[in-house]
Amino acid sequence: MAKVARLARLDVTPTEIDRLTTQLAGMLEHFADIDALDLGAVTPMTQPYPLVNVMRDDVVVTGLDRDEVLAAAPAAEDGRFRVPPIVGLDS
Amino acid sequence: MSAEKYMIDDYELVVGLEVHVELATATKLFSASANRFGDEPNTHIDPVTLGLPGALPVLNRQAVELAMRIGLALNCTVQPCTFHRKNYFYPDMPKAYQISQYDQPLNIDGWLELPGGKRIGVERAHLEEDTGKSTHIGGTGGRIHGSDYSLIDFNRAGVPLVEIVGRPDIASPDEARQYVTELRQILVAVGASDAKMEEGSMRCDANVSVRKAGQPLGTRCEIKNVNSVRSLGRAIEYEARRQIALIDSGERVRQETRHWDETDGRTHTLRTKEDADDYRYFLEPDLVPLAPETSWIEAVKAALPMLPRERRARLASSTGAPADGEAVMVVVERGQDDYVLDVASHGADAARALVHVKEAYAEQGASPTVPAADLAAMITMETSGKLTSTQAKQVLAEIVAHGGGDAERIAAAKGFEAMDTSALEAMVDEVIAAQADAWAKYCAGEEKAMGALVGSIMKISKGKADGKAVTALLQSKRQSA
Amino acid sequence: MAIPSTASSIAESVRRGERTATEILESYLANIERREKDIHAFNLVTTEQARAMAAKVDADVAAGRDPGALAGVPIALKDNMCTRGVPTTCSSRILEGWKPPYDATVVTRLAAAGAVFVGKTNLDEFAMGSSTENSAFGVTHNPHDTSRVAGGSSGGSAAAVAAEFAAASLGSDTGGSIRQPAALCGVVGVKPTYGTVSRYGLVAFASSLDQIGPFTTDVRDSALLLEVMSGHDPLDSTSIPQPPLSLMSSLDQDVKGLRIGRITDLPGGSDPEVEARVAEAFAALAAAGATIVDVELPSMKYGLTAYYLIAPAEASSNLARYDGVRYGLRVESSDTNSMYGATRAAGFGDEVKRRIMLGTYALSAGYYDAYYGKALKVRRLISDDFARAYQKADVIITPTSPIVAFPVGAKVDDPLSMYLCDVFTIPTNLAGHPAMSVPFGTGADGLPVGVQVLAPTLGEAAMFRVAAQLERSAPGGAR
Repeated sequence: MAKVARLARLDVTPTEIDRLTTQLAGMLEHFADIDALDLGAVTPMTQPYPLVNVMRDDVVVTGLDRDEVLAAAPAAEDGRFRVPPIVGLDS
Repeated sequence: MSAEKYMIDDYELVVGLEVHVELATATKLFSASANRFGDEPNTHIDPVTLGLPGALPVLNRQAVELAMRIGLALNCTVQPCTFHRKNYFYPDMPKAYQISQYDQPLNIDGWLELPGGKRIGVERAHLEEDTGKSTHIGGTGGRIHGSDYSLIDFNRAGVPLVEIVGRPDIASPDEARQYVTELRQILVAVGASDAKMEEGSMRCDANVSVRKAGQPLGTRCEIKNVNSVRSLGRAIEYEARRQIALIDSGERVRQETRHWDETDGRTHTLRTKEDADDYRYFLEPDLVPLAPETSWIEAVKAALPMLPRERRARLASSTGAPADGEAVMVVVERGQDDYVLDVASHGADAARALVHVKEAYAEQGASPTVPAADLAAMITMETSGKLTSTQAKQVLAEIVAHGGGDAERIAAAKGFEAMDTSALEAMVDEVIAAQADAWAKYCAGEEKAMGALVGSIMKISKGKADGKAVTALLQSKRQSA
Repeated sequence: MAIPSTASSIAESVRRGERTATEILESYLANIERREKDIHAFNLVTTEQARAMAAKVDADVAAGRDPGALAGVPIALKDNMCTRGVPTTCSSRILEGWKPPYDATVVTRLAAAGAVFVGKTNLDEFAMGSSTENSAFGVTHNPHDTSRVAGGSSGGSAAAVAAEFAAASLGSDTGGSIRQPAALCGVVGVKPTYGTVSRYGLVAFASSLDQIGPFTTDVRDSALLLEVMSGHDPLDSTSIPQPPLSLMSSLDQDVKGLRIGRITDLPGGSDPEVEARVAEAFAALAAAGATIVDVELPSMKYGLTAYYLIAPAEASSNLARYDGVRYGLRVESSDTNSMYGATRAAGFGDEVKRRIMLGTYALSAGYYDAYYGKALKVRRLISDDFARAYQKADVIITPTSPIVAFPVGAKVDDPLSMYLCDVFTIPTNLAGHPAMSVPFGTGADGLPVGVQVLAPTLGEAAMFRVAAQLERSAPGGAR
């Protein structure tokens, strides 16, 4: 559970981990009902409506105003978004 | 043409290259902001680019077209494909996931043929979106390590990339350089990208491992931050030697990602496999499958221009020069092969045309300013003996400098007259008579004696004698003496 | 003459110049002024913007310009739809005060049709919940009994229409989040076919399940709203390439000859009063000339499991963008990685965290096949079951919710029991089909009961036809 929290970038206290573990375990137990099904020959359903080849033309459309966007940013400098030092992350 | 296998000590190299190419589209892969390099930060942004709540991706048709051109030029099969989300956190990744292609990519199972003929397998070439750019402030040298904070520009976020994954068929630093050089020419030829490593529109990562002949594959390391073809060769060589040193001293190579440092010429650990994120790939629910119609694929294939390999073969057969020789390679890389053939079509000797273009047209670019007819005329003067090869070069230099010119007029202005054969023979006879000792030695087999004879002839002729013709005359006179 | 109180009658009266948009708006604002403090349907009442929009409609009418099909209709928007320059919070601390720089497509379309936006309504945080108790900004109370919930996740939008704070409102439905609160609040709520209404600008919860739809006081109004909102949007790749739905003609057709499906293996456990109302609904349709047929959906009972694996998985990815970098809450930290963890811990409520954890787990290496992969196959089974059922039936009728509105706080400690509220609504989302809830009498304690009409993909015409009949036959008199 701690590993899942790290993957999801959610700081969780040990108490929360315990609580979440119990709750999730309970849910997964409930969800085990699908284990009884024979799903070997079933194709997964990933799309509710069968569309293919949706594309758009390569034409520029005016985007957002930088000032409006940066005004809503937690921290900005020099026309860019500012973040604390990037340590401990994959690039 | 098979070469001996490249070895370092007793070890073979196994190298696979992953190349990311920025496509030359007008807009981004999933949104209609401009795909432009070098503008003010965050001026090509939209809800999709920034990963704003509620934003949705829509695929760029031209990106698909260019990706197919790349795949087909690399002999791949184009197939129906899907997009997946690759989930990970990084500040320049606005959605905290990258839309890429996972188990069903657009192009699969192709190859790239190196100039010498060896084929390097291409496993796949798929579409994905680029990230934004971070600049690290404080710290040394703009590196992350020790920085105070970072600034993010999302202009590049969402730019279309094609990732070309080569199979580990590359066996030496030189082959790696050839692969990337050839790949770049292909990308430029089909109009997919300007593929400039120094500008970041082509990025190369190398997977390197070593093994002794007959042994199973060794542990590989991924090398990142290689910014030029030359660095690629150096980095592979360094890494191979590093691994060999480890193995020889009884240690094991750790599977990891390493960062190439151009200034100190070494690779350094970036992260180990254990640190790697679980990307939790799943099908992108905001997009639908892509299945290019056969008619579209056929049209792209039919419209592919002549690729570098075909150009080299064509030039080689017209000029008699080797297809993987330096002259042919350089001239094709510059895009001047059509020009050489054009010059030859005006009646000039193709082989001489190739040599002159290679040597004199380095600054000319793909559309030389000098009219083909002008160069053809100069070459004809040269091959008919009216100009020595030295004189030819000087005339050509002037033609190039002026973007064209009449070779006859320039030669006359420079005082380069034709020295006809009988005048030349008379001069040779004069010198033979005047330097009887040297001539005797030469006739006896002392090749060195010829030098004095030729020198004298050149002096008397005031440099107008053609060195080759003089040598030929001396040799034939010796034979008949 | 009384103030017209349906969207259709308001629009007609404004277009004819009988009423002004401004006077209509003021009467709704007065309702809000009176009762909003007891109900808390809104995160934000946009009084000034509403008055400006109403004034513009009136100016158009005065100038002889076409004011639009929804001229002067006061409409509330669920606070997970982007409204440019107006805070869009998803009832979460992580987006508190965030003003989008763009409008959702549905917002643009409604505004172009002359609608007047009265405010952003409360919801379960990021649309995750069935009671609006997961909102970071307080619960929404049921206008019929304020000690009870309004349902969720679109509780605020449902309550706003039930309390006459707006003539219509928009919600979003991922597992029943329009239909269930509609049933609990005694209003009409529609989830259209997946792909008929653009999701561009709808803050994503589960991308392959989310759809936007209307809450209204009657069936006609829902048809009107959907006609305005639906139709292809090039900004949404999952948008069906077809023109807007055409539904008005279905409303006056009878149901003679239609085949109404009754699910014989429907999961039990509903309130007896709810089941009684549904039985009466069948009877009413039969009396009106429809044929009742039995259908089976054997995989339906696995719907909850499939949903609670697929939806959180997609959500865990959709909510990863809330990282404090570009917008929303940021908890300052010494490095970016720490900032992520601290920001998201502070910004998300318990239910959201729970679902993100569950979804991350279901997708993680080694578990994909066991959970998410399997759930996608169960989804196929459910879809196939429906396909077989719709060969025998034109629509299917079920209860919308197994229970009537429950007291605030009754289910907060038992997430699983909360999830069961959606047992009848979830399968539709999995299949991508349309479904709607029509008020049909009352249950225990006089609380509203909703009957759900389900139809196959793009079967809105038959669905509305049946819904209109149900409305005519509803206990307590037709409207």
